[in-house]
Amino acid sequence: MTTSVEAGVEAPEPPAFIDPRKGAGGWLSQHVGTAIVCGFLGYILGHWLGNYIGSAYPYIANSGQNSLTDFLALLFMVTGWLLGIGALNYPLAKIVGREAKGEVQYTGWTRYFRYNLDHKVVGIQYVVGVLLFFFTGGLLAMAIRTELLNPTVHVFSADTYIKIVSEHGTIMMMMASSVIVGPLGNYFVPLMIGARRMAFPRIEAFSLWTFIAGYFVIFSALAYGGFPTGWTGYAPLQTQAGPGMVSYLFGFAVISVGMMTAGFNLAVTIINYRAPGMTWSRVPVFVWSIIATAALLTLASPVLTAAGLFGLLDKVDQTAFYVTEHGGSSYLWENLFWFFGHPEVYIMALPGFGIVGEIIPVFCRKPLFAYRIAAAGMIGVALLSFFVWQHHLFQSGIDPDMRPLFMLTTELISIPTGFIFLVGMGTLYKAKIRYEVPMLFCMAVYFNFLIGGVSGVFLSDVPVNVTVHGGFFVLSHFHYTIMGGLIFAFFAGLYFWLPKMTGRTMNKKLGLWHFWTMFVFFNLTFFPMFVIGMLGQPRRVFTYAKNLQTLNDFSSIAAFCLGASFLIFVANLMWSQFIAPQKAPANPWDSLGLEWQTATPIPAYNFERIPVIMTDPYHYSEEGAPELADFGHDPPVHASSFTARTDPNQYE
Amino acid sequence: MSPESAIGSEENHFRRIVIIWVVLSVVLDLLFWFLVGPHVPPGRMTSTAKDNQFDFNVLMVIGLPVVIGVWEWLGYAAVKWNVKRKDMPESVGGPGAAGNKRTEVSWIVITTFVVLCLAVFGTIALYAGNGSGSGEGPNPILQPAGAVKAETAALAGTGSWSPNSNEVLPVQVIAQQWKFTYRYPTFGGFESPDLIVPDNTEIAFNVTSLDVIHSFWAYQLEVKADANPMQNNVAFTKTEQLGNFEVRCSELCGIWHGAMFNPGKVVSESAFMTWATTTESTNATNTANLAPFAWTYVPDANGAAGGYYPDGNVTPYSTVEIYGSKQPS
Repeated sequence: MTTSVEAGVEAPEPPAFIDPRKGAGGWLSQHVGTAIVCGFLGYILGHWLGNYIGSAYPYIANSGQNSLTDFLALLFMVTGWLLGIGALNYPLAKIVGREAKGEVQYTGWTRYFRYNLDHKVVGIQYVVGVLLFFFTGGLLAMAIRTELLNPTVHVFSADTYIKIVSEHGTIMMMMASSVIVGPLGNYFVPLMIGARRMAFPRIEAFSLWTFIAGYFVIFSALAYGGFPTGWTGYAPLQTQAGPGMVSYLFGFAVISVGMMTAGFNLAVTIINYRAPGMTWSRVPVFVWSIIATAALLTLASPVLTAAGLFGLLDKVDQTAFYVTEHGGSSYLWENLFWFFGHPEVYIMALPGFGIVGEIIPVFCRKPLFAYRIAAAGMIGVALLSFFVWQHHLFQSGIDPDMRPLFMLTTELISIPTGFIFLVGMGTLYKAKIRYEVPMLFCMAVYFNFLIGGVSGVFLSDVPVNVTVHGGFFVLSHFHYTIMGGLIFAFFAGLYFWLPKMTGRTMNKKLGLWHFWTMFVFFNLTFFPMFVIGMLGQPRRVFTYAKNLQTLNDFSSIAAFCLGASFLIFVANLMWSQFIAPQKAPANPWDSLGLEWQTATPIPAYNFERIPVIMTDPYHYSEEGAPELADFGHDPPVHASSFTARTDPNQYE
Repeated sequence: MSPESAIGSEENHFRRIVIIWVVLSVVLDLLFWFLVGPHVPPGRMTSTAKDNQFDFNVLMVIGLPVVIGVWEWLGYAAVKWNVKRKDMPESVGGPGAAGNKRTEVSWIVITTFVVLCLAVFGTIALYAGNGSGSGEGPNPILQPAGAVKAETAALAGTGSWSPNSNEVLPVQVIAQQWKFTYRYPTFGGFESPDLIVPDNTEIAFNVTSLDVIHSFWAYQLEVKADANPMQNNVAFTKTEQLGNFEVRCSELCGIWHGAMFNPGKVVSESAFMTWATTTESTNATNTANLAPFAWTYVPDANGAAGGYYPDGNVTPYSTVEIYGSKQPS
């Protein structure tokens, strides 16, 4: 049906399934405390059950590694956790044929500790979650650099060291796959597309609490004695490893379920919940990056879930998916893992591109250059990312005929990635740059990601790959893309959007200190690693050639300073959000983004009326530019120039 | 400012950026190529080291201008186009700032062209370098002349190699937690903890593992091939200089992965012949106790330490070992 839109339609009522009750709620209601208790009880129950079943089979009972017990304990722990937080209330009620009770949505501070269906609450919960992952992984990185201060004097045993390395890699990868999509994607996508909520609020909250459960599962590996495989978990080392490996496999399976559901919800929301007038050519680039990422999350994560479950079966039930001498194949894991793992790399990169594209025009006071190219670049990267995974296996003994093909596809992916640079450079051209903290982080993303990208071309070239594969060169390369790109973009986004999320502005001076120390020491930490790699230091070693000590020490000291730079961030966060909060204006950066046109704090259902979108949000410094949107109140309707479909945002 | 002068200054900016870029790129490329290039690790000890060093240098010469160009653009913008006053900047936008078809098309065409050239270059280099020292799996498609003959003869136990014969020398690399050992099939299949290879010879490294995945990285030889259980992964190189080299494991293989390295040596062909024949005779008793030479070996299925057999002699678990006394019905 094609009708001209009448903006300012009546605001719909909150959905019937939500019971918006004021106040903090009692201690006996479901919250993170009950989740912990139920998780603990689940763990004990699963452990007992595993021992009970396992005792019937000598090969399990006598193995000294009763993986069945460990697996069931973790499975029941996660189930108990989800039960305790209230994630299963609705599905369980439906399963037994009862009408589900409305979820109580408290408005007090305790809602941040509960199963909440408001995407803004989930976004902030995600911020805390990813920072928990990030700082844990960061401390482990400090331990790694401490060990590498000296090739012969060891702080840790070889055993402990490899467990630290493995835990660092896995925690950071889990964190990085959600670091922008989780907090900023969940918080801002509905606001940017003019929606009042997510398509599947329960699935959204489920993805968050699964993600947090994943943290506990992967961290439990240390209590089980750790795992020695690094984040890549290669079999048959995986099959050979102790019970900590179960935490790795099950942890990745849990996290992948969280990633899948988060991606699914975001994709459906973006496709179906755009406000009238929010055509695909007006969707903000950040939303483009999130839908591209969501597609990858939804399609790539299930492969990891399956690969993890195969590994669990190998450990728990003595199957042989990855055991070569019993008919399996170690290549199966390598291929399944990287079929997920390479899209995963772009799951990490794309949201960073989106944030940069979103923020740069605001501080350049210029329209985004080549908007369509930016969107095409993200879609192109997402599509190509499924066709490059075997470049991780160039030296593995795969069919040698495949290598020129994967060299080509890998190098092709630099074309759409280059689009992102064109967009940034075009926007900077003759701009009026304002040096605010988010802008500096964005420029650093371009600076760092360039090194990461160009070094990637060296890795994609099979002959040069012989030198650089498996050494510190590749280690430096992916830290430049993930930390130099994604993490810098995450902080750009955090500094940019926190005033809208919390209503409190971050301290600029501390922000500048944070930026400059992080930028300088990041480069001082990781640039020498390219040289260390070229000089022949393999990854994940606790000892190395004596002549590399100076470079390693330089890198380690810079790494400690890099670690310290995050203390400045934490201090800034504490100071400006809790100790001496400064009220932020509703739109401190003068952004045209739809999310900034809301009141601060943002009302429960975002927009008083569903806005009618009239243009894309990048018409900075443009005389006579069309108004961004009609919000249904004064000034009056401007929506005569387009037609729109039926409003999808109305609740049933 | 009149529109004409505005356009003039726009051209000046762009022209200035391009001139600086060209000058910087040419200077740094030349400096790199002549000063740094010949010393790029891991040196020029073998044909693959030499070829791959050339490839690396070519990529650097292409990559440097890209890095310089983007950094220069960022730096130029940061210095020239920032707002120094506190009030809002004047208008610089307008519909024209949202895109420029000529720029966009040129960017796409140029980057695509460069990327395709890189892929073609890499493929040619890979073929010309007989696989460039990388593991090609059990059935290599890129190999030096005479490799198939030498490998077939080696497995049959009829292989021969002598100084100045220009024959390919097969060497087997057996990786296990946490060491490499080497077998020389043309010399009776003796096993040695030392990797000694002759100069001026095409070597076929046949890499396999007895347990988990390792990676054989002969650093100065510029050879890297993963060691997979029950698979032969073949990589070729031709030695061109005498000297010592380092072998390291470059795939995480467990606790002592960091300690899995050993030195190796390229010696003259006659010295190698002497060493090989001497070792063959002194090790004869040990060799007789080894598993018969094969490209891959199967670990003892019961996990007995150190036991391994040629592929095919698997000792399966017994049902009692699997199920205990409770046999499944």
